[in-house]
Amino acid sequence: MFKNISELTQQATGQGIAKVMIDNEIEVTGRSREDIIAIMARQYLVMKTSVKQGLLGVRSRSGLCGGDAKLMDDYIKQGPKLTDTCFIRAISYAVSVNEVNASMGIVCASPTAGSCGVLPGVLVAAQEKLNKSDEEMTMALFTAGAIGYVIANNAFVSGAQGGCQAEIGSAAAMAAAAVTELAGGSPQQAAHAAAMALKNMLGLPCDPLAGLVEVPCIKRNAGGAANALAAAEMALAGVESRIPCDEVIQAMYQIGLEMSPTLKETAQGGLAATPTGIEWKKMLWNND
Amino acid sequence: MKYRSVFDIIGPVMVGPSSSHTAGAVRIGRLSRALFGRKPSHIRLHFYGSFAKTFKGHATDVAALAGVLGLEMDDPRIPQAVDLAQEEGIIVEYIAQEAVPPHPNTLMVELWDEQGRMNATGQSLGGGLVQITQVDGFNLGLSGESPALLIFHKDAYGTIASMTQLLAHARININHMEVSRKDKGKTALMVIETDELVEPAVIDRMNAQENVYKIIKLEL
Repeated sequence: MFKNISELTQQATGQGIAKVMIDNEIEVTGRSREDIIAIMARQYLVMKTSVKQGLLGVRSRSGLCGGDAKLMDDYIKQGPKLTDTCFIRAISYAVSVNEVNASMGIVCASPTAGSCGVLPGVLVAAQEKLNKSDEEMTMALFTAGAIGYVIANNAFVSGAQGGCQAEIGSAAAMAAAAVTELAGGSPQQAAHAAAMALKNMLGLPCDPLAGLVEVPCIKRNAGGAANALAAAEMALAGVESRIPCDEVIQAMYQIGLEMSPTLKETAQGGLAATPTGIEWKKMLWNND
Repeated sequence: MKYRSVFDIIGPVMVGPSSSHTAGAVRIGRLSRALFGRKPSHIRLHFYGSFAKTFKGHATDVAALAGVLGLEMDDPRIPQAVDLAQEEGIIVEYIAQEAVPPHPNTLMVELWDEQGRMNATGQSLGGGLVQITQVDGFNLGLSGESPALLIFHKDAYGTIASMTQLLAHARININHMEVSRKDKGKTALMVIETDELVEPAVIDRMNAQENVYKIIKLEL
């Protein structure tokens, strides 16, 4: 059992974060190790399927979004780009999965549906880049899960409670830690990666146009994926977060409590309250 | 710990677009249907708080309805729930309520047919987790994660002891229990969440006890 990131990394020293998460799951649920790993393997399969589905081009019912993952995929195929292919894939896959979500397709919430693109984006792109097996990716999901588990139990992971920092911020922290361990980083480095990724998203409001999980959620998933990779690269280089991960989580929690209700999924503030946001809201609600 | 399993974080696998507004609504709908125990002829869905403001955009209406129809949160037929209800001849109403609820994502499900009616209120806590907070005016805190018995009984001494004794004899472990009543000496609701499923024979024995009016068995 672990209550915070500091206990988690201590227990994970020498064996990795994923194993500690699996042991915790056995203890809490009484399920067998094999069953637990099999369920997680299925979650990863759902993630990969949703990545592929979105690249074909899907549209949401509102007409607000769709087709951007396909645009990105076509762009990647045109040849060398500004950044590394792994990086562009991570952001295009993140967009892809979140477009599938907006079109009422099947996704794996991680930690929520609004933030379901970040982990698959980063992990599927990393799997392709690092030539990892699905078994190794399943372990990476347990690492991500451990970080999310601590955040959810000590703060929150929903936009309605803590703003987008709680949702895509948490997803980015989870992805950063998972990909850091996947690339050979230590549990401590993974914790620093999570801390850095979450720090970069502190204060982010949940301000979706017309209350839909579309704008800006889909592109913010791309932002979350990019941020996770930035944090992972820093951690792997030996950069440390000056503020320990547990304190960053506490800061996120406090900011979420202090955030105005207009910025917590109510579609009353931020981008939702821009002239364009208000126009879309009128158009969508009146047409319904 | 609010979240016990890693699959509360990496999961659920669900139809989009929102774990709290879509998947959570499916679960509240499913739990309400399970508590009602049969197919209703009428469904009235009341949306409160953030649910009232955004239920159309997140398909909370469609999702809650799909849940009442018995669909799981990863069922690809969820977007067609309105058509499914129509095919089954069920009348559905949606009401956006003005009242401010204790939790921003609150849904009340009213179900009825010629045999009777029931209403249940649920909160969507995020990540697809929910809590049923009220059934027919009684307050409770039901997660739907474990099998449960809802025992409506006369508020009289000895009733709780007789119920727990019967469960102990059947070697059933209780993991959570609470009692709620509206007035002293009138009807009370005892909610017992168990680790194991309770056999029908045990429930029959519980039902036969003095002061027990009705038992609803919840298994998902």
